[in-house]
Amino acid sequence: MTAASVMSSLLAVEVPYWASSIIKLGVVALVVPTAALILGYVFLMKMMSFMQSRLGPMEAGPYGTLQLLADGLKFIQKEDIFPEKADRTVFALAPLVVLISTFLIFVVIPTGPDAVVAQLDVGIFYALAVSSLSVVGILMAGWASANKYALMGGLRAAGQLIAYELPLVLAVMGVVIQAGTLDLQKIVAAQANGEIFGWGGIGNPFILTQFVGFFIFLVAVQAETTQPPFDMPVAESEIVGGYQVEYTGFRFLFFFMGEFGTAFAFGALASVLFLGGWALPWGDITHWGFNIAGPVIMLVKIMAVSALIFWFRFTYPRLREDQLQRLAWKFLIPLSLVNIVVTGVFKVVL
Amino acid sequence: MSEFLRDYLLVVLFLVLAGALVFGMLGLGSLLRPTRSQPQKYITYESGVDPVGLGWSQSNIRYYVFALLFVMFDVEAVFIFPWATRLEAYGTFGLVEMAIFIFILALGLVYAWRKGVLRWI
Repeated sequence: MTAASVMSSLLAVEVPYWASSIIKLGVVALVVPTAALILGYVFLMKMMSFMQSRLGPMEAGPYGTLQLLADGLKFIQKEDIFPEKADRTVFALAPLVVLISTFLIFVVIPTGPDAVVAQLDVGIFYALAVSSLSVVGILMAGWASANKYALMGGLRAAGQLIAYELPLVLAVMGVVIQAGTLDLQKIVAAQANGEIFGWGGIGNPFILTQFVGFFIFLVAVQAETTQPPFDMPVAESEIVGGYQVEYTGFRFLFFFMGEFGTAFAFGALASVLFLGGWALPWGDITHWGFNIAGPVIMLVKIMAVSALIFWFRFTYPRLREDQLQRLAWKFLIPLSLVNIVVTGVFKVVL
Repeated sequence: MSEFLRDYLLVVLFLVLAGALVFGMLGLGSLLRPTRSQPQKYITYESGVDPVGLGWSQSNIRYYVFALLFVMFDVEAVFIFPWATRLEAYGTFGLVEMAIFIFILALGLVYAWRKGVLRWI
């Protein structure tokens, strides 16, 4: 038996629902912290250091690769402090809500023809809906801390996240119009099998036709993950971390994990929506081999998108609150409305 | 159970997984971390000095106006999604209908703009 036939017979085995669910839960439980570690190490530590002509962490492990693990070990030994004025229940639940939002996005992200947790019909709509749950967690953290900085940070975060939620949703609309579906797997297939004016040499990755949407999506993602230049809610130099200011130890780390896990998930969504997802435009995309090659292709694309996001993060200075709201309401939202109408006209006319 | 319900059961399972991870890690931490309570540790942080007044202070009313605007546009987005998936079938009729819909909502944005609620100061 060749490797190919072994593999395809393995994939043909009917796995019971409970077993496949446990496997999926285990894989995602590993992927989310690992994703946060990878992004944190590769970009936040090394890329930022090199852009600023320094080495970054070098001591823990080869080239400091284990630095974030060491940090995690340190955080787990920290005392768990609840401020006496805080609303204890809400204070304790806030990191949970943020982390739930991160985990739920990963449910719909496809990494192969069968390598997906659940292929929901409403795919992208569901992903956008659960990603905005984190606003609730952040407001809870800001309010429950009973701290002036935390309240200010929480309100800023809420104002920013809802303002950039709209360009994010409206930018995706262009892709939905072109693909004619909300299902992420079908969006991948539409790109792999698509053609540009009758030429199907590289399929039709939507970044070519939806470059305006891609630009709006990236800017909105940057704001949604409260990364600089949109980091007014956590601005360390003025409100010392905003809504996170009263959190210690692992509760603080959950916010970090949520932020970077969400950044990874949005990188994955950007590659599925605009860069063709796990598929390559050549060959049969239902082939079993894509279940193995798919995650690798996805990872490459996610890292490329993340490199772009973090490049912006390390380059631009922080926007003021009024500049930030002006960019969202007076530029990005009108632009994305125009984008929807233009895409619709092209779809109907062509 | 149908395939549809199974997919959404997985969503619920993931919700439970996030909870299990949070409480598991905090439980593990409670075995490792020290608890030495001192009254000073539980004072609200305010740049190292004793906090003045309550933490729940007054804040800018603008956030409320932006939240109202957000509700209006988010509902609009929910209406555009089903239209976007069926545009090919609706053709020119659907396009004109949606252009009118978006125009009316854009009028709302222009009104807010003219009223000056999009300005921060």
